Amino acid sequence: MDWQGQKLAEQLMQILLLIAAVVAFVVGYATASFRTMMLIYAGGVVLTTLITIPNWPCFNRHPLKWLDPSEAEKHPKPQVVAVSSKKKSSKK
Amino acid sequence: MHTFGYRANALLTFAITALAFICAIASFSDKFSNQNPSAEIQILNINRFKKQSHGNDEVSLTLDISADLQSLFTWNTKQLFVFVAAEYETPKNSLNQVSLWDAIIPDKELAKFRIQVSNKYRFIDQGQNLRGKEFNLTLHWHVMPKTGKMFADKIVMPGYSLPDAYR
Repeated sequence: MDWQGQKLAEQLMQILLLIAAVVAFVVGYATASFRTMMLIYAGGVVLTTLITIPNWPCFNRHPLKWLDPSEAEKHPKPQVVAVSSKKKSSKK
Repeated sequence: MHTFGYRANALLTFAITALAFICAIASFSDKFSNQNPSAEIQILNINRFKKQSHGNDEVSLTLDISADLQSLFTWNTKQLFVFVAAEYETPKNSLNQVSLWDAIIPDKELAKFRIQVSNKYRFIDQGQNLRGKEFNLTLHWHVMPKTGKMFADKIVMPGYSLPDAYR
């Protein structure tokens, strides 16, 4: 799952669960049945699980473009120089 | 959100938070139901009224209990526990409560009832104070909701009295 996919999955999860909760409460209250509310909400949670947890292809539409290795060689990593000794001396 | 486990964890946490929230609202919605329970109790007969061998007064009664508690049931009510208590004052104790009968009402249809029973639990005083005693019969109920706080209320019915002599 790429970055965009993760964001999408999280938002989908929150929106779907909120919708499930609201629908469950409204229907449960209207039919005066606690059981109906729980069943609708459980159904919503299962649906959300199926939609947002597996790594579906739609969450992988924006793959990261890594730099070419040759590009990386042109900009070498900064080398760790012996800064520590300098710091120690400055403290003294 | 980058692995299966993280997504499952986030979903579970959010789902349970939302569940707690709808349960809280369900419990809160009970406040808007209007409740008008009614009850009436008659003493049909005093079957036995005597002093026990070790000195305490004991009464056996037949009660006619009719009550309509249907308005206490909301969509969030699991069951009702009701009991009838005899309440009276003695020199030693300012309030004596003796449970005479109880029942669990699991369903709204059963919340309107009329029964004639002799006391289920023995009506025994701590002493010999029951002759000619004025007492209240109180119908107490505890509402047990599916979610939320349990609460209790009662209807006090005054003006009952026991005979002046043992029989």
